[in-house]
Amino acid sequence: MNKIVEARFLGPDVKLFRIEAPKIAEKRKAGQFVIIRVHEKGERIPLTIADSNIEDGTITIIVQGIGKTTKMLNTFEAGDSIQDLVGPLGKPSEIEYFGTAVSIGGGVGTAIAYPTAKALKEAGNHVISIIGGRSKEYVILEDEMKAVADEVYPCTDDGSYGFHGFVTQKLQELIDEGRKLDFVLAIGPIPMMEAVAKVTKPYGIKTVVSLNPIMVDGTGMCGGCRALVDNKVVFVCVDGPEFDAHKVDFNVLNKRNRMYLSKEKQSLEEFLHKCKLEEKIKEAANG
Amino acid sequence: MAELSNKDRMKIQRHPMPEQEPEERIKNFKEVNLGYDLQTAIEEAQRCIQCKNKPCVEGCPVRIDIPAFIKQIELGNFEEAARILKRDNALPAVCGRVCPQEEQCEAVCTVGKKNEPVAIGYLERWAADWERMNIGIQIPELKPKTGKKVAIVGGGPAGLSCAGDLIQMGHDVVVFEALHEIGGVLMYGIPEFRLPKEIVKKEVDGLRAMGVEFRTNQVIGMTDTVDELLKEFDAVFLGVGAGLPYFLNIPGEHLNGVYSANEFLTRVNLMKAYDFPNNDTPMFDVMGKDVAVFGGGNTAMDAVRTAKRLGARKAMIIYRRTEKEMPARVEEIKHAKEEGVEFFLLHSPIEFYGDDEGWLKGVKLQEMELGEPDASGRRRPVPIEGAIKDFPIQVAVVAIGNGSNPIISNTTPDLKVNKWGNILVDEKTMRTNKKGVFAGGDIVTGGATVILAMGAGRTAAKSIDDYLKNPDVWLEEKHNNEQ
Repeated sequence: MNKIVEARFLGPDVKLFRIEAPKIAEKRKAGQFVIIRVHEKGERIPLTIADSNIEDGTITIIVQGIGKTTKMLNTFEAGDSIQDLVGPLGKPSEIEYFGTAVSIGGGVGTAIAYPTAKALKEAGNHVISIIGGRSKEYVILEDEMKAVADEVYPCTDDGSYGFHGFVTQKLQELIDEGRKLDFVLAIGPIPMMEAVAKVTKPYGIKTVVSLNPIMVDGTGMCGGCRALVDNKVVFVCVDGPEFDAHKVDFNVLNKRNRMYLSKEKQSLEEFLHKCKLEEKIKEAANG
Repeated sequence: MAELSNKDRMKIQRHPMPEQEPEERIKNFKEVNLGYDLQTAIEEAQRCIQCKNKPCVEGCPVRIDIPAFIKQIELGNFEEAARILKRDNALPAVCGRVCPQEEQCEAVCTVGKKNEPVAIGYLERWAADWERMNIGIQIPELKPKTGKKVAIVGGGPAGLSCAGDLIQMGHDVVVFEALHEIGGVLMYGIPEFRLPKEIVKKEVDGLRAMGVEFRTNQVIGMTDTVDELLKEFDAVFLGVGAGLPYFLNIPGEHLNGVYSANEFLTRVNLMKAYDFPNNDTPMFDVMGKDVAVFGGGNTAMDAVRTAKRLGARKAMIIYRRTEKEMPARVEEIKHAKEEGVEFFLLHSPIEFYGDDEGWLKGVKLQEMELGEPDASGRRRPVPIEGAIKDFPIQVAVVAIGNGSNPIISNTTPDLKVNKWGNILVDEKTMRTNKKGVFAGGDIVTGGATVILAMGAGRTAAKSIDDYLKNPDVWLEEKHNNEQ
């Protein structure tokens, strides 16, 4: 059991957790992830480590409530404990000096991009951060990014904040302005990562994406997370999670991630129904 | 009661294992084998003639004193029978269920030369079950504490048997397990209907009561490295298993509906996906579907029988050789057939095909025939030219074995491994080339059986004990298989 020492919302159903895990805090490098299980009958899901603090022995994860497990996790508060937490898993990001490095985060993907942006800055890169969100409240970690990046460009689909448009449009704008971009890291929903790969490919800009497929053990044992990269099967948990964006078969990735869609929906609906019932019972009890 | 003569003993026929009826058991996950009752156990024990040369003990990878424990069952000293078993075997209720006795102790049984061999496995299971259910698992006598600490990496059969011996020798033992439950393949791989998880948990509890400490959610190599363990512990045993499933490497293997046996079985056994949504882990709906399992080993049988219980319309084994070449236990093949599993022999998959949404629709099968024997002595299957057919399936499970997981070797660069990533050891002592580090089980041999891993764990425990008494011993021997 790992205790949550801090829990706060960053955006709509996007929550930050600082969790006691001294060993993982000490070991983890940018780009690595943990697998968590929220309760005794819970599933194992991978979450990228957003940050860590060796002094107080905590790691930070940022969670968007999408399915049952993440929505349930987002009901947890400081003082609650996580049933199982294991890591750090996966290969660390390959950090080197590229020159100008662009970190693109879409939605909660910004949380995953953040530690790598920080590491890229520490390696001497000029770091540009593009943060995307549907609308203003979905733009997260802007202050944190400002602390580690040289330039930060928030973007919203609806224009409610920052640049009006997709992160890819902002990226294209930078390219069109004649900025020399040497490295792009893109993390977010699959269509966003695929779109970024399409933008950078003609210019030959080295582009890396972090994949988030369905996993069970996270140590190479089950092979459930396999993806096609350069037409070869890889196990994302041990061979990744970061890969050359121009070689990833996003179509296969997308289809595999939809494998349990109807089950996930069923599980979520039952959970939400149960929550509603509990609320009603509480209301009744409070008179 | 007068002592039976050997002639009388030889007259008694072997007692079959009572089983759930096939039509009943395919609807549940309860254990297929029901176990002997007390009277049957005593009568079966009477079949042992207590021969002098005890070939069965030699046939047992962990060297259980088989005639001695059987004698105690015959005499009605059941607690003593269990005590004898546990001197050499940390997990008797597990081994009584999953060991291939027909290839080991029972294969060489003296009674078996003229008659059916004594049902050693069934008696082992019975004695362990009797103890657990009647008096609770008893703790054997432990030697005084030595003050030495041993880290066991991997909570599967190799690690548990090693831990069981070392704790009895008086050493402190900590088992590090990557998953959230202890047991390794006993928990995630072997299904409930062959090995109830409650029994694994009870035997693990027995080790815990003896003083073994278990730490779950620890991926050694990532959470801690082997070198870091060596700072805290006097010796390290690596029993991490094989743990990297082979796929067929044919087109379409990424389609939804294609599983490795590891994933399919882990979802069902460890994560209890059969009880979705009470348990959160989902799996592909097998109900009413046609499921093909590729492979002919015990894991393939476990997967196909699991599919049957999940309501598969057709549960099929597709194997490129014939039944004779199948590595699965005879009992597993028999159970599978009784349960209505269909066998497609001499068929080899060459491509999975699917629909536009990425769902598996079928497999192209190449018909084979047997040719000349290969290196393993089995006749090599060769394709029959032009004999290719489409075979509609909605779920495929690939059960063709495991390679070695690279996490330990990648993070322990000075540890010698062979070209397949198996850790190199001296087979007599299970020592690796790294001082204080021992290894055994599937990570050394490649995919094998529970009991062979347990045998390796015991051998390692013995030599870890020697090493802890005299660490200089390390320098004296060279490694046999360094080449």
